Amino acid sequence: MRFLMTYTSKHNHHTPEKAAAIDKLVADNVKAGILLDTGAILGLGTGGLGKLEDGKFMMSDGPFPETKELIVGYAIVQVRDRAEAVEHARRFMMIAGDGECEIRQLMGPSDGTP
Amino acid sequence: MTEPDPAHAAIRAVFRVEHARLVARVARMVRDVGVAEELAQDALVAALETWPRDGIPAKPGAWLMTAARRRALNRLQRGRMVERKHEELGHMTPSHDDPPDLDDDVGDDLLRLMFVSCHPVLAPEARVALTLRLLGGLTTEEIARAFLLTESTIAQRIVRAKRALADAKVPFEVPPSAERAARLASVCAVIYLVFNEGYSASAGDDPMRPALIEDALRLGRVLAGLVPDEPEVHGLCALMELHASRAGSRIDAHGESVLLLDQNRARWDHRLIRRGLEALARAQQLGGAGPYVLQAEISACHARALVASETDWPRIAELYTALARLHPSPVIDLNRAMAIAMTEGPAAGLRLIDDIAPRLPRYPWLAAARADLLIKLDRRAEAVVELQRAAELTTNTHDRAQLLRRAAAL
Repeated sequence: MRFLMTYTSKHNHHTPEKAAAIDKLVADNVKAGILLDTGAILGLGTGGLGKLEDGKFMMSDGPFPETKELIVGYAIVQVRDRAEAVEHARRFMMIAGDGECEIRQLMGPSDGTP
Repeated sequence: MTEPDPAHAAIRAVFRVEHARLVARVARMVRDVGVAEELAQDALVAALETWPRDGIPAKPGAWLMTAARRRALNRLQRGRMVERKHEELGHMTPSHDDPPDLDDDVGDDLLRLMFVSCHPVLAPEARVALTLRLLGGLTTEEIARAFLLTESTIAQRIVRAKRALADAKVPFEVPPSAERAARLASVCAVIYLVFNEGYSASAGDDPMRPALIEDALRLGRVLAGLVPDEPEVHGLCALMELHASRAGSRIDAHGESVLLLDQNRARWDHRLIRRGLEALARAQQLGGAGPYVLQAEISACHARALVASETDWPRIAELYTALARLHPSPVIDLNRAMAIAMTEGPAAGLRLIDDIAPRLPRYPWLAAARADLLIKLDRRAEAVVELQRAAELTTNTHDRAQLLRRAAAL
């Protein structure tokens, strides 16, 4: 099973120690074959919000004030079950610090009907 | 896993994440993978007793390692281990050692564990079960469900495998260089077997079966990280990632299989394709030209073609020729004939297949391949006969129905 995890935190500062610990966790998870992709997502102001209403496309460019102080990171992991995904989220957050992590399953080769 | 308790589910997840490293580390202490696994299980029992009360520790891997080591020492004090192990354990007692930490690099121990689990004293099915148990962290129940066998069959298989390793006094080590290539091939073969078992799952099977695809992908990636200079290991990973990228497109909404050239390529998993092509590039940089690399390259020819008509058939034919040189096989020759038919026309393909046919008298896909070419030559009556013959020869009910439907439609 594959899960997309997005982590959001108001603590927008990583100490060098914290950054190094996160790097190590990432490297370990790559070696363990579970981490397929990871990265940081910049604020909504860097892109914007697209909307389609009644067939009409609109782009909202902000400002999106609340996103400024947030850091958002994502990871795609390949694990055996939901509990394992939760464990990886827990491990990451114990290092990254207080925040929230959304965990959602992605459709994948072993999830039956596409 | 019948544990309804969410705390227990979380603890079991921690345990599975740590399992391979824990067993590998403990096996280095006790020099016996069977004993190591028992000690790891004891550590799990201890965790199930204390973690629901105290919470999951900050470094669960280190906690489990300490628990396993303490039990190893207890066993030792009860005199249940031989003197040789006593000496080895003496060096590992907490007082002489830094705090144990599974977060340390355990790569060498993991590699040893892989080699031992796939040791040639074991029958192939025992290697598979032991590898999934020790390195995949699957329970015997999960392995049994994945292989459509009873739990007691798998449990026995694992017990016997551990005993066979102990009886043969298989050392917990990376094999000496003279044996290394053959032993590594055995590890690759086990991982590929797990993959194919998952890949051959049909719709309606227990979901544990297709999950083997992902177990194999993970094991392959771990192995590639441990022996990064081995082109065939990268080739194996490339082959598995590329095949897995099409897993979801092989079956249509009605449960019928869809041939490669008819698949909707937009539905292929492009993340896995990218990973597969990267692994193949690494294998080629290392000069790889072994069977996994060649098969991965064939698979890559399909993955690179945005539409089926862009497939590089001359290259595929060359690759099958190279593959047949390494592993002479009529099935490879048949695939080569079909690739040649795509470039030189169906008549050329048919001539080649006629030469192969005596070596594959009861192979349904030879008859089906012949039917494909006969249809292209508008020899429909002969094609019907071949499709009916293919249907007769196949044991898969889905395939049989599909072949008969195609025959009826002609």
